[in-house]
Amino acid sequence: MIPQTFEYKKAQTIDEALALLREHGDEAKVLAGGHSLIPLMKLRLSTPELLIDIGGIQELSEIREQDGRIELGALVTHRTIEFSELLKQKCPVLPEAAAQIGDPQVRNKGTIGGSLAHADPAADYPAVVLALDAEIEATGPDGRRTIPVRDFFQGLFTTALRPGELLTRVRVPVMPPRSGAAYLKFPNPASRYAVVGVAAFVKLAPDDTCAEVRIGITGAAAAAFRATEAEKRLVGKTIDDRTLTAALEDMVDPDDLLSDLAATAEYRAHLCHVLTRRALRQAFERAHG
Amino acid sequence: MEARAYIGAPIRRVEDRRFVTGRGRYTDDIVLPGMLYAWIVRSPHAHARIRAIRTEKARQHPGVVAVFTGKDMLDDGVGSLPTGWQIGPDMKEPPHYALAVDKVRYVGDGVAVVIAETKAAARDAAELVEVDYEELPAVVDAAEALKEGAPLVHDEAPGNLCYVWELGDREATDRALATAHHVTKLEFVNQRLIPNAIEPRSAIGHYDPGRDELTLYTSSQNPHLIRLLLSAFVLKIPEHKVRVISPDVGGGFGSKIFHYPEEVICAWSSRKLGRPVKWTAVRSESFVSDAHGRDHITTAEMGFDRDGRIVGLRVRTIANLGAYLSTFAPGVPTWLYGTLLAGQYKTPHIHVEVKGVFTNTTPVDAYRGAGRPEATYVVERLVDLAAHEMGLDPAELRRRNFIQPDEFPYQTPVVLQYDSGNYEGALNKALEMADYWKLREEQKRAREQGRLIGIGLSCYIEACGLAPSKVAGAIGVRAGLYESAAIRVLPTGKVQVFTGTHSHGQGHETTFAQIVAHELGIPLEDVEVIHGDTAEIPFGMGTYGSRSLATGGSAIYRALEKVKAKARKIAAHKLEVAEEDLEFRNGQFIVKGTDRAISFGDIALTAYVPHDYPEGLEPGLEENAFYDPANFTFPFGAHLSVVEVDPETGRVKLLRYVAVDDVGRIINPMIVEGQIHGGVAQGVGQALLEGAIYDRSSGQLLTGSLLDYALPRADDLPSFEVGHQETPCPHNPLGAKGAGEAGTIAATACVVNAVVDALYHLGVRDIRMPLTPERVWRAMRGLPTDGHAS
Ligand SMILES: Cc1cc2nc3c(=O)[nH]c(=O)nc-3n(C[C@H](O)[C@H](O)[C@H](O)COP(=O)(O)OP(=O)(O)OC[C@H]3O[C@@H](n4cnc5c(N)ncnc54)[C@H](O)[C@@H]3O)c2cc1C
Repeated sequence: MIPQTFEYKKAQTIDEALALLREHGDEAKVLAGGHSLIPLMKLRLSTPELLIDIGGIQELSEIREQDGRIELGALVTHRTIEFSELLKQKCPVLPEAAAQIGDPQVRNKGTIGGSLAHADPAADYPAVVLALDAEIEATGPDGRRTIPVRDFFQGLFTTALRPGELLTRVRVPVMPPRSGAAYLKFPNPASRYAVVGVAAFVKLAPDDTCAEVRIGITGAAAAAFRATEAEKRLVGKTIDDRTLTAALEDMVDPDDLLSDLAATAEYRAHLCHVLTRRALRQAFERAHG
Repeated sequence: MEARAYIGAPIRRVEDRRFVTGRGRYTDDIVLPGMLYAWIVRSPHAHARIRAIRTEKARQHPGVVAVFTGKDMLDDGVGSLPTGWQIGPDMKEPPHYALAVDKVRYVGDGVAVVIAETKAAARDAAELVEVDYEELPAVVDAAEALKEGAPLVHDEAPGNLCYVWELGDREATDRALATAHHVTKLEFVNQRLIPNAIEPRSAIGHYDPGRDELTLYTSSQNPHLIRLLLSAFVLKIPEHKVRVISPDVGGGFGSKIFHYPEEVICAWSSRKLGRPVKWTAVRSESFVSDAHGRDHITTAEMGFDRDGRIVGLRVRTIANLGAYLSTFAPGVPTWLYGTLLAGQYKTPHIHVEVKGVFTNTTPVDAYRGAGRPEATYVVERLVDLAAHEMGLDPAELRRRNFIQPDEFPYQTPVVLQYDSGNYEGALNKALEMADYWKLREEQKRAREQGRLIGIGLSCYIEACGLAPSKVAGAIGVRAGLYESAAIRVLPTGKVQVFTGTHSHGQGHETTFAQIVAHELGIPLEDVEVIHGDTAEIPFGMGTYGSRSLATGGSAIYRALEKVKAKARKIAAHKLEVAEEDLEFRNGQFIVKGTDRAISFGDIALTAYVPHDYPEGLEPGLEENAFYDPANFTFPFGAHLSVVEVDPETGRVKLLRYVAVDDVGRIINPMIVEGQIHGGVAQGVGQALLEGAIYDRSSGQLLTGSLLDYALPRADDLPSFEVGHQETPCPHNPLGAKGAGEAGTIAATACVVNAVVDALYHLGVRDIRMPLTPERVWRAMRGLPTDGHAS
């Protein structure tokens, strides 16, 4: 498959990339791992005139711990996340999700920044960063700003990033004591993207009831979302069959969900339910240690 | 020195070194001086009239050499692509032009070709070709196409009906079913599949004006037939001025048997332009332009007497043939399907009626198994369901109906005469390997714990190596179905083997070399197998229908016999004895009871340096054979699978797969096992994952890429447990039957039977394939399972 003719420029720094974006505006596209963008270009569904390759920007390829949070540069690959010792210890749900993305080639090239910026409705990370209540750092002509992740995913392939902005970093909290998280994916048998993917985070109160619950869901709707109603119903409760049944009842409205070749909205709603229940159980068990 | 017994040895495939090191040479790897690149402009509509095609802008694009339309080809006298199979005198065969002329009939139908100096330029310019379409209503479903007022695909085929075909005794079958103790009835959809060979199709036309010769390189399973069709029917140029070369071919599963429009386009435009023209499909093009497989809608009823003996089987099938008749298309849902409906059972009365129907979809043709998986699906689903309905164990019900080993040759009520078999033996072996009764116990215990385990069986028969030619003619095949071989012994005793079959993944270079090395008592390394070039090989009918070993291998065997007979004459002369005094052993002719001997190598040299040589004998050592088999071969087997269904999500996990196959005499067990593995994977794919879906109103192929069309992957499958039984084929010299399709034929029914077995107690009798999680979930809840997503 042959993309339309395009120019290619490699940016060495964030400033260089921003300057190129400013200069070329809509005609340019940022290239990170290329594992969403290039397939689209080969099908001519995306036809940028210029690719700005940000892959060489060193400072965006690092993972560091800072102030009780872990900061991931936008260019950190799925594979780096999958095998990061730091993350495995301090935020293991992220490697758990990374390991479920595509295949080794995809994980070697694809980046967390690219995945979040692309906002594919069936991508895996969105559920996880929602459940972790992460922060997204965007850098634009006017400098940096922080976007709470709950405001980030706005619709099909649409995010809170503004034209001319780069997604530069993602910050996730170090898992607090007596907390646990899990990501479960029901893969599309063809693409292996998520038909539904659910990430659950649970923090326990001293009496073993849930002090904090967050549920991030991807694949089910045009954009990843939090199941806030169900979260609220679970705070102050222990996680057992009965509470789960009550709390998760009607947790999603099929009318808000996608219906496509892979699954009807009705079935997706059912999967949200089943996967949330399973993910919460796991998160709860992990919180108990 | 003992020569090695090559026949029966699990030798690693000699071709694999080149394949796994990236040194295979496929059509797209060939770059010829001055070569041009073709890009085909394809219809975005399922059905539309072409009002006008404007090509000026595309022609002016830098690098573009020519743009041709269907009309250009028609004006130049290029003919329609013929089908190779006539079903009854009334079969409708509307023209199929390489590029559509006045109407497009499916999404992907070619309308123009852009030829340029680079592929990129051709691709860019293709967007500049303006086609003015008048959209027409489309029909994609074969049952819909038969309804009154359905859009008409071809004016030549009223009601979209290509043919009605029937086989068997209608009245006797009706009577048997009317008086049966129990009748099991099912409505099936054997869904459309998209082959997806790993190597996309590719063709290069190379016209040499000096010699007025045309060479076509093409990724085909069937080079000689392509030459015949292309030269005599389509381009109408002398056959001896056309050479077709199929170099390495990366899989086909049937989809590369047929003569395709792109072969015509490249060949014709190369003649026009005097330069080589190459076309290679991109994957999304393969999805719409490779012939698809299956696509049947069937109602079938099987009747039983009080003791569970089958008394009759009635089958009504509507077969979707797509928009045009592909090369083998008419024969697949008829002769390759209806004749197999006896399966392994003594069914006294069978009647089948098939309607072949045109629709606005990609043409449908043979796909691994070709008709036989569809037949096996009908028979094995019915038998299994009947067992459940009658409260009998599915293995037991089969046992009551098997044709017994002493009943061969066995004449079925649907034409075929089975040569040999031991069906119960294969089933018993599979049950033993799986520890069937223990499995049933486990299933019961699991159910008590709320787990849904299912066990499925499938006892299949296949008819391979369609033959003899007399029969092929009688059933409307417009060709003979023999095979040819030539053995050329070189002066140094090395051997070249020329075969008219064509390997596209089956390992012929190894299997055939094993036969030759074994028979001549020479090292395997001394044998080279050559296929895929009409200039080198006398003739050939290609590779499909698991025919290569049974027919092509037998032709080789016959040529070897001739070589050995001549060698014997030379040996007798050299050793000054009578021919009868010689025995051929370990690559030597030995004077019986002595140690006087002459090696095969010495004989070869003598044949080419005939200083001291038998009077009147021609020099050289090269022999040809054409082998026309006496009958089909009938491989068979019993497969068993175990699945677990997630009661909450409906997801099916395949836990175990046991395959016992009888493919006749085995030349290379490792290759046979590989064929079984691949076939089973494909059969499981149809059961659980694959299915082409067209939008019913727009006629768009919705599963047009691997994002939406699910192929089986390693982690969808367990490790297969493979067992063999060897009942030699009594009528060919190798005793071989064929192994290429066995797995695909058995596996689909086997897995669906297992899932239904897991859910039968919940009231589930059948689930529409593929058994996606949503469909299974719906079935468990008693909801319909025939919608798109479900
Ligand atoms: C075969 C295959 C299977 C896959 N399976 C999965 C799967 O199971 N789950 C899953 O989640 N994903 C899957 N993916 C997608 C994969 O994870 C991609 O790598 C990811 O979605 C995009 O990351 P990238 O670095 O490749 O981005 P690119 O493709 O380079 O870019 C994607 C888009 O984001 C923009 N962009 C990239 N980086 C930035 C940035 N820093 N700031 C602003 N904009 C930016 C680009 O301009 C582009 O529009 C699969 C991909 C393939 C090819």
